[in-house]
Amino acid sequence: MSARNNILNRLRTSLAGTEPRPDDFNETLVTEPWQYTPDSRIQRLRALMEAVQTEVHQLPGEQWPAKVQALLESRNLSNVLYAPGTDHGQKLAEHWQAHGARQDLVAYDRPVEAWKEELFWEVDASVTGTVGGIAATGSLVLWPDRHEPRLMSLLPPLHIALLKASEIEDNLYAIMQKQNWSAGLPTNLLLVSGPSKTADIEQVLAYGAHGPKELVVLILEDQ
Amino acid sequence: MSQRIPVTELENSFRGRASEALADSQLRTNFRTAMDSLMRKRADAFSDPDEREDLRELGNHIKARALSKLPDLLEQLETRLTKNGVKVHWAETTEEANQIVHGIIEAKKGSQVVKGKSMVSEEMEMNDYLAERHIECLESDMGEYIVQLDGEKPSHIIMPAIHKNRHQVARLFHDKLGVEETDDVNELIRIGRRTLRKKFMEADVGVSGVNFAIAETGTLLLVENEGNGRMSTTAPPVHVAVTGIEKVVENLRDVVPLVSLLTRSALGQPITTYVNLISGPRKPDELDGPEEVHLVLLDNGRTRAFADAQMRQTLNCIRCGACMNHCPVYTRVGGHTYGEVYPGPIGKIVTPHMVGLKQVPDHPSASSLCGACGEVCPVKIPIPELLQRLRQENVKSPKEHPKVKDGGAKYSRTERAVWRLWAGLNTSPTIYRLFLWGATRFGKLTPKNVGPWTQNHSAPVPARRSLHDLARDHLGSQGTKGGRS
Repeated sequence: MSARNNILNRLRTSLAGTEPRPDDFNETLVTEPWQYTPDSRIQRLRALMEAVQTEVHQLPGEQWPAKVQALLESRNLSNVLYAPGTDHGQKLAEHWQAHGARQDLVAYDRPVEAWKEELFWEVDASVTGTVGGIAATGSLVLWPDRHEPRLMSLLPPLHIALLKASEIEDNLYAIMQKQNWSAGLPTNLLLVSGPSKTADIEQVLAYGAHGPKELVVLILEDQ
Repeated sequence: MSQRIPVTELENSFRGRASEALADSQLRTNFRTAMDSLMRKRADAFSDPDEREDLRELGNHIKARALSKLPDLLEQLETRLTKNGVKVHWAETTEEANQIVHGIIEAKKGSQVVKGKSMVSEEMEMNDYLAERHIECLESDMGEYIVQLDGEKPSHIIMPAIHKNRHQVARLFHDKLGVEETDDVNELIRIGRRTLRKKFMEADVGVSGVNFAIAETGTLLLVENEGNGRMSTTAPPVHVAVTGIEKVVENLRDVVPLVSLLTRSALGQPITTYVNLISGPRKPDELDGPEEVHLVLLDNGRTRAFADAQMRQTLNCIRCGACMNHCPVYTRVGGHTYGEVYPGPIGKIVTPHMVGLKQVPDHPSASSLCGACGEVCPVKIPIPELLQRLRQENVKSPKEHPKVKDGGAKYSRTERAVWRLWAGLNTSPTIYRLFLWGATRFGKLTPKNVGPWTQNHSAPVPARRSLHDLARDHLGSQGTKGGRS
């Protein structure tokens, strides 16, 4: 513990006789330039996400499982990872059963250690929920938990995310306040604003660096 | 490669390396192209100058507030993180930090480490430290991976491999990975993805840096585009984050403007692809994520910079790289010329506190003081002002008690004596006239070699008649010959 005490003591000695600076955080600076009407909110999120090669579809809430199936069909994929313990996971499973979809539904229901190899190499796609979106920056907010683990939105080459239109907020500050993040964050909170990308070679933009090569956002309109 | 300028200094100095870099047209093209593009992108991302200036001011206030209560915030961060299940370690030196990281890996009997981009781990030279102890530490950021593969160091803090073009990367991959040589950037990235994914899966420990550590919630925030940061912090069973003590901010809301300033200044993006907020290890019922999360808080000269109220401002830095992107010196000589972990304007003001001015004596003067770095800094560090301060510290005599580590590195009695002489000469009319008399008559005796000046210029020879003389003539003749201009 001596390193700790030495560091803290040195800092305290340097600050002796000074007062902490006041908290003059000005929330209008991070909210006012980033406010939208309900329509333009969705438009902005779409425009920003599409600008970084995200595929965005807007559809009536009940139709998304069929859309997922169509997306997998059109890409000729053979399986999709889903979270069986979530509402949307159950809806997907029901749809699969009712429509005899040919892709395998792979449930994320075991600890990663039990099937790491398969998760890393053999899963084609995944479907996850979100807890909201951010219009200002074109971002999704993901709140992984025991039912919908962290790697679901990272390992599969195609990530399909469900976003309720009514849960799109104007800016990061707004959603942070509305959902009271500072009262308790999950193990890993994520903002996702497109498919994985890099510009490390000659600044040439290439998608699919280490995470998903494709991100599809389904904006679900309220019933 | 033609060497236009004869290099008389030692090769292994800023000047020597700069001369070499300046003569390397490929390197200069690579940097010029990249920096022009980064400057353009930043300008586009801050299209409203009022909004930009307000946000920079806010960013500055947030960092200044955090520093004004830094010890309390560090303790709060430690308390919250510990409560969340994260183990917090403190290190005064890079050696201590390496020992801590090595200890964590040893305890897990680990042999493979993947690392997300972390400049602090570069400070520590962690890769070498672990390699000496038979632990493979692989860089997973594409740029860092390229640089590591070639046995180099990053030349830019955000774009580590910016000094290379695609052909150089193609050749490197061909030579080191045995793949077919291809100039297609997408294909090159695919090769990197394939190679590294296996490593993510096998790694025993993942190492990352931290962009902001939030004291209020006990949260580590990381920004990135590739997903390698998420991989390194999610896939292996143990995650070790290493960071400098200055990265702590007070409240969660403080990161809203800071993240915006960071990604817009660095890359011109409204936000990075991923903003990753980690608040603890895997909970008992969760299915993935590391079972252990550690945070190593590193000093390495930071408390030294902190001790001086002016130099403390260097700790505002959020490592966006905008100062180097806009620096006319950096753009011409490239990152490796600086010879240290942090290049460019920010490197020049943070490095002396870490390694001492003796090791980087040319850093404070490798600047034209054009002011671009200070103008673009998202947290308003007055870089040019701090460079001038370092220039003063650099030439202080031991009696003047320099405050920066190894200050007075460039102090020279001869130089002091010459300046004193020069001052005396110019403040006494009699001596000045005497000097003029001598200089105009014996000018030919001035030496042909006057140090670095004569590397690129001919030696100055005093004119035969002084300005005083000529002016006297001019004024005296005005009445008869009319005004000459």
